[in-house]
Formats: sequence, C-alpha cells, structure tokens
Amino acid sequence: MYESVIGLEVHVQLSTLSKIFSGSSTSFGASPNTQASLIDLGMPGVLPTPNAKVFEMAVKFGLAIEAKIGKTSVFDRKNYFYPDLPKGYQITQLDAPIVGLGHVNITLEDGTTKRINITRAHLEEDAGKSLHNSFDGLTGIDLNRAGTPLLEIVSEPELRSAKEAVAYLRVIHSIIRYLDISDGNMAEGSMRCDCNVSIRTQGSKILGTRTEIKNVNSFRFVEKAINSEINRQIDSIEDGQQIIQETRLYDPDKNETRPMRSKEEANDYRYFPDPDLLPVVLDDAFITSCRNSLPELPESRKARYMEAYGISQYDAGVLVADRDVADYFAEIAETSGDGKLSANWVMGNVLADLNQTGRSISQFPVEANDIASLIIRIKDKTLNSKTAKTVFEALLSGEGSVDTIIKERGLVQVTDTGALRSVVDTVIENNPHQVTNYRVAAPDKQGKMLGFFVGQVMKISQGKANPQMVNQILLDKLSG
Amino acid sequence: MSSLTKNTLAGLREILTRGDASSVEITQDYLAEISARRDLNTFITVTQDDALASAKVADQIRAAGQASLTTGLPIAHKDLFCTKGILTSCGSKMLSNFISPYDAEVVSKFKNAGFVMLGKLNMDEFAMGSSNETSYFGPVKNPWSPTHVPGGSSGGSAAAVAARLTPLATATDTGGSIRQPAAFTGTSGLKPTYGRVSRFGMIAFASSLDQGGLIAQTAEDLAIGMQIISGHDNKDSTSALIEVPNYESLLNDSIRGLTIGLPEEFFDSRLDTRMQSQIEEVIRIFTSLGANTVSVSLTHVAEAIPAYYVIAPAEASSNLSRFDGVRFGYRAEKPIDLTDLYERSRGEGFGSEVKRRILIGTYALSEGYFDAYYKKAQQIRRLIKQDFDRAFSLCDLLLSPTTPSTAFALGEKSDDPVAMYLEDIYTIATNLAGLPGGSFQAGLIDELPAGYQLTGPAFSESKILNAAHKVQQATDWHTHYPEEIRNV
Repeated sequence: MYESVIGLEVHVQLSTLSKIFSGSSTSFGASPNTQASLIDLGMPGVLPTPNAKVFEMAVKFGLAIEAKIGKTSVFDRKNYFYPDLPKGYQITQLDAPIVGLGHVNITLEDGTTKRINITRAHLEEDAGKSLHNSFDGLTGIDLNRAGTPLLEIVSEPELRSAKEAVAYLRVIHSIIRYLDISDGNMAEGSMRCDCNVSIRTQGSKILGTRTEIKNVNSFRFVEKAINSEINRQIDSIEDGQQIIQETRLYDPDKNETRPMRSKEEANDYRYFPDPDLLPVVLDDAFITSCRNSLPELPESRKARYMEAYGISQYDAGVLVADRDVADYFAEIAETSGDGKLSANWVMGNVLADLNQTGRSISQFPVEANDIASLIIRIKDKTLNSKTAKTVFEALLSGEGSVDTIIKERGLVQVTDTGALRSVVDTVIENNPHQVTNYRVAAPDKQGKMLGFFVGQVMKISQGKANPQMVNQILLDKLSG
Repeated sequence: MSSLTKNTLAGLREILTRGDASSVEITQDYLAEISARRDLNTFITVTQDDALASAKVADQIRAAGQASLTTGLPIAHKDLFCTKGILTSCGSKMLSNFISPYDAEVVSKFKNAGFVMLGKLNMDEFAMGSSNETSYFGPVKNPWSPTHVPGGSSGGSAAAVAARLTPLATATDTGGSIRQPAAFTGTSGLKPTYGRVSRFGMIAFASSLDQGGLIAQTAEDLAIGMQIISGHDNKDSTSALIEVPNYESLLNDSIRGLTIGLPEEFFDSRLDTRMQSQIEEVIRIFTSLGANTVSVSLTHVAEAIPAYYVIAPAEASSNLSRFDGVRFGYRAEKPIDLTDLYERSRGEGFGSEVKRRILIGTYALSEGYFDAYYKKAQQIRRLIKQDFDRAFSLCDLLLSPTTPSTAFALGEKSDDPVAMYLEDIYTIATNLAGLPGGSFQAGLIDELPAGYQLTGPAFSESKILNAAHKVQQATDWHTHYPEEIRNV
C-alpha cells in the first residue's frame, strides 16, 4: 500500500497597482510590452527600487498564518538565461525570506481538521511571457508581466492526498482574498501552483523521489494532476522502474503528466544577494500596524457565524471560504433574521448559480437585500417554496424587487380559509372515486394518498395556496 | 593651444561670469582641440552639433540674466553613463549600436546645471581594465607619452582632462578606475563614498563597488562638480540619504592639526623608490601646512585584491547577463536556435577581459564553490572595513601612493592579467570598504606623472578636497601638462 507525500509551492500575484521594482502598471490584458518600463526591460544602467506595499502585503500574510516574520529579509538574484527574463536573473529571496515558518488548518472530508505547516513565503518578481505560437517561426516576448510582485508560499510536504492538497490550496486562496492582497484568479495566472509529489510505502519514514508538476492553473486540475501523477508513480514502481527527479507538466486534455523538455544538466542558479537592493529591515511598529489592520480571517469568521446564525460547521465552512460570499450571506441573515434559511438559500441557489455560470459574487445580479426580502416573504407565508423559487428566477432576470414580482405575477399565497375551503370542495367534488378510496384506506396509506388532493388544490390555485392550510382543510373534509 | 582650453573649470566659470568669452566660444575651442588630438583616442563620440546648440542656449540664458554659476561650462562623460539619444557603448562591441533611451542621473544633473556635453569618453570595456587597452574602440594614449597607457578604466576621462580636451570629465571607480588613471595622467580624481552619487544610468560592472565620480585638473574643480552630482536619488536604493556639504566653501579650511595616517602596508619594499621620494615630498608639504602624520596598519589589505577578484567578477557575471542579443545591443547574425543566439551574441560581442571576468565570477558563484569564494571574500571585505575603522580612530585621512609606479608602456601588461590586477593594489581596499578616495598630482618621474592618494572615512569628501586643495595651493604640480601640449 502506498502513501503519497505532497507539498505545494503557490505563487500569488500581489495586487499592487505598480510593479515590485518599477512604477509600471500591473493590470492584466494590456497590449504586449505597453506596461514595461526601462527597468522592466532590464535596460543597461537601470536599478530596481522596491515598492513598499509588497512588504505590507507579505507581512499581513505572515501574520495571518501565524508565521515568524523576517525582520531583516534579503533579496537575492537567481541567475538563468531565458528571453522572457530580461536581466538574466530573477530577484527573489533565498536565505532570508520575509515570512518564516507558519501554518494553516485544513478541514478533511471526515470533518476533522489537520494542521499544515508552511515552510516560508518570500517575495520575488514575475518573469515576462514567451509567445511561442503567435509568430511563424519566431517567439514573441511580452514583458508586461515582468516585475509583477509575487509571494511564493511553500508548504511542508505534509499533504497526503490530492484532496488534501486542494483543501490546502482553497485555504490559501481564502486567506489571500480575505487579506485583499491578490485577486487569486487562477485562470488569469494570479495564483499558480507547483505540486511536488512523491510516493512511499505506507508507514515508511523515507521520502521517495519527487517530481514537480509546474504551473497548474485550477483547483480541479491540481486534484487531477496530482492523482494522475500518483498513479503514474505507482505504476512505474510496480513495473520495477525508478522515479526520476524532474519537472513535469500536466496535460488536462489527456489527464496525464509528462516531462518538460529535458535539460541535460541540472540548473545552477548561482544565487547571491542582490547588491542593488538593501536588506529589508522591518521594525516592530510596522509589524504592529500590519497586525492592527488585519481583517477578520476565515477561521474566526466561521466560528462567529456558527454562533451568531445557528448554522452547521459544514455550512459555515462553505459560506466563509470567499470573503465576499460571507459578507453577502451575513447581510441576508442579518436582514431576514433567519440564519438557517439564509444559509440554505445562499448555498442552494446563489452558490449553485455561481458554480454554473462561473461568475463571482460581485458579478451576481441579485442584491443580498433582495434575497433577504424573499426569505422574509417565505417566513410571513406570502410565498411558499414553489413561488419563492419563481421569484428567485424573476430576480435573476431583473424583474424588479421581490414585492413587485409577487404583485405583478400574482404570487401572493392564498391563506384565506373561505377561498381555500371552496377550492378543496371543488377538488373533492371532481374526484369522488379517489375520495372513496381514501376513506376506506388504512390510516398508514392515507398520508401518501393525501398528496394527490394537495396537488390538485395547488394546481387550481396556481401554486399559491398555503400548503399547511390546505393539508388541514383536506384532512377535515376527507375524514368527514 | 588656445588660451581658453588651458583654463581650469573654475577659471572658465570666471571667464563666463565676467563675460570675457561666451559658452559657444569656449565650446568651439574645445571641439577644435578634440579634433586636433584624435590621435589620443580619448573620445568615442564627439557630440559637436548638440554641444554647440546647448552652448548657444546657455549663452541666451546668460544674456537673459538667468544663468547659474555653472551655465555653459563644458563637460564630457565616460561612455558608461547613459545619454539619451546618443551612443552609450561602454567601450564594448556589445553596445556599439546602443543608443540609450534615457539619461543617467549624473548626466541629468549636469544638464540641469547648464553644462554643455562635448561627447562620450573612451574606457576599458565595461570598465574592466587598468590601462584602457580593453576598449573595443582601441586604446587611449597617455598625453604625456603616446607609447604609455593612461590607466583605466576611466582612461579616456583622465587623458582628455590631461590633454585639456575637457575641463571636467565624469568617471567611475570600481577598484581604482578613477584614481589610477588620474595618477597616470597628472590629473585630480575623486571617487566618492559608495552611495554619495546615484548609480542610476551607470552601466553596472560590480554594483556593490561601482561609484561615479570625477576627474579634473584641481581639487577646486572637483568640488564644483561634486556639488552637482552628490545627493540622494530615489531611483537608486543604495544611494545615501545624507546631507551634502558645500564642498567649495570648505576648500580653504586650515589643515593645521589634521592627522594623516600612513598605512605601513603601503610603504613596504615593493614601492618604487622614486615614487616613495615623491610621496615623501607630499608628506613634507602636508607637515609644512601644519598636519601631523601617524603610522597606521591595515592588517588585511593584502587580501584586498583576491577578495576583489571574487566579488567584482561575481557581480559582473550577473550584471552582464542582460546582454543576450534579445532586446538591445549586439546580436549574432542568423542564429539557428536560442542557445546559438546567446552563445554567439555574447561570444562575439564581449572582449576577452570581459569574458575572463564573467567566467571567474560564474565559477565563484557556482554551487559548491560559493562558500569557499564569495562568502569568504565577503568576510575579508568586513575585516578590511574594520581595519579602516580602526585606522580612522587614529587619523583623519590616509595618505599613500595611488599606484606602485608611473604609467607603464602600452602592451606591457596586456598579456598578463595578474600583473594588470596588481596595478590596483593601493586603490582596491577603498572600494571594498565603500570609502571616498582621491588621487592628486605628486610631480613627475622621468616626465611621467606620479599621484598620491587620500582616503577618508565615509562621506569625508570635503576633507579630502580641502587637504588636496591646500597642497595644490602650495605646489604647482597640478598646473603641469604635457610638453607637447604646452608647445601647441
């Protein structure tokens, strides 16, 4: 039996307005090389000057994972040649990172939590992009991304399955979103993940040879890439082969990993401290001010929601994962005064829509206030679950407020006893056969048979009849 | 030689202020001299039209009564300071087609002060060399003797000032590249404290050692130039946020009671005896001006050259990685693939001394060697700093020869890199410690100039210039220029 050993290196693009060592804009999607200054181009004679905002963002992340903050961190040069690396070296942090050992907790499938240690997080600059397919026979270089600030977050190899890896990645995503230090958009490359994977015999203390799967760009692919790599490694070992330490790429179309173009010799990056940059010295006052500006983090919000809104641990976990969703839910719960119903509506309808459409909560067309109104109308029995669903659909297509929709579509629930009695009478009159059958049936069968009459009443009332009242009236009349 | 180009910078300032000559007239004279002395190979680019145009503007500003003290004064820049729209070659084939899209901070500061740029000065390729023989544009000749080197790497700057082709030249010093050529050409050169002058726009050789500075005829002229280029620059993280004194106003302070330290390691048997007697003469003048001397020791100074030849090439190997044929500079013809593009662009674009240092530096930073070389060299660097700290607890300035001997012959050391590296034996420790150092005229030996070096604590440029100025007032060494020029 094999056990997998997984560690993740997560690259998070920090959402600063300008780059880490130049004043160029960091926005995504501009025409190639329009956001590359002399400094980003690595022109002769230019020098990097650090953007102080990245220190604040990195320290906040460090505090959020209860890490040791590097009070003196050092920028190093990682030397290698590549056309989209303009200076021939990347400025990064090797021996003295800004964030030291920290940890996060992940929730496993059985509901228990597991602590995952984070070795370090360090600041570095992103490289540009090589466009291999845009020009016939040539490679284009776009240096807009060169110099975008990255925080590389390195976990200990303490993850034991692809699912744990995804749970860990979701926690990291959640923290950076709460801290508002990155948009965490994996599709645009704002968050990228390298997965280090090895396997060993269950119970063994020795680590197997690992491979690194580079640049996996969605939660789903992280899970699939790791699983396919674990299977590949198991197959290799079962076949009596050795695992080669190498860098691999995941191909989502074939759901397999394959080696990146192999380099004959191992890279020697010749790291050394960047003489153009002074060590970054952070004083206690700065760290304290970062601490004071930390927002409430997912874990404490989860506990607070369970307490305040009476929702389950599972529901709270789902609702707080995204800060904007959590805020959205809280507004509904506060306004409607019903935490459980609010949780059901957000998870069952709102999140379902987001998953289906791929949009974020900020792009969701229905305001929290409208969902709260909907819940209030359910609670005051104006709407039943069927009409509520109709109103929700109408809200999605922008037909106005909840009360306008109820009024215009005539969805007010019928609770008038006289009106309901007359409908029930009609149903009994029109179905004499079923009435006879009901009356002679054994009591334990009657419950199920009642459903038919309720259905008929609802049909005539166009779904507006109050189901509880209909039930009561039917029971009275049928027994009589 | 026209009368205008014989002047010092301070002298030209007076001429302009009095209205005895216009900036255009001064510029024309210098351009004529530059043209007449092409044989010295001091300039890589002469910006004749731009120079005359900006001289004209300077004269208009002066006519409008809006001139500053420096409006219309000439200057030339070492060809590793980026100059917008003008070739900035760094003495290399690699950048022989590089028109800089921006101005170095030092260049902007001179522009803003109204200086007229005459052109760009020859230098050792990427500032690597002590003889100006590694330039892609050919060696610079020493104006005192065309068969001798002017020193390097700022050989063009020093020779141009010595030949009176510019009154002031920018220069840079990584291991002695301002002081050694100043000594070889009978000029005054100042390497400021690391961080005193912005490195922005100076093409990097070894970032932790490089420092921009100046070469001129006198300490007074250096003071005028230092006032312009000193100060913090937020484009250079390593530039110092320390107040800039008024250098010129401190020039005439008395040096009575100044304590001058004589490092015993610099006065050992290796020193040429005639050089020693010239330095002793300088010491006698200092004593006569009321200064005291004290013997001090720089215990680890013997390790300075080995440490330097690890740190400087290591940084250079990384700094020069950007010259890859992809975005600017020399690009090999018809590369068959990426590796071929890199290998041939760099192989064909760099000269042999640059390649040698890239190889040394790459080796020193390699896995498995980093601790033995780079880390060890940094430890030595710290020890050398401590040596200087100890010395400056006993004295105000250190005095030594700038070089072991006068200028050597062209070709004499070009095949012996180690002999060439030993040229910087007295100057290199100053760079490792980040301290300011100046070289000033100390008379002639066999018709070739000798220089003495003053080294001070960090940010003591004004004290160095003050001491050198007092000596220049008491001597006429700084007024000597080559026979050939005297007779023109």
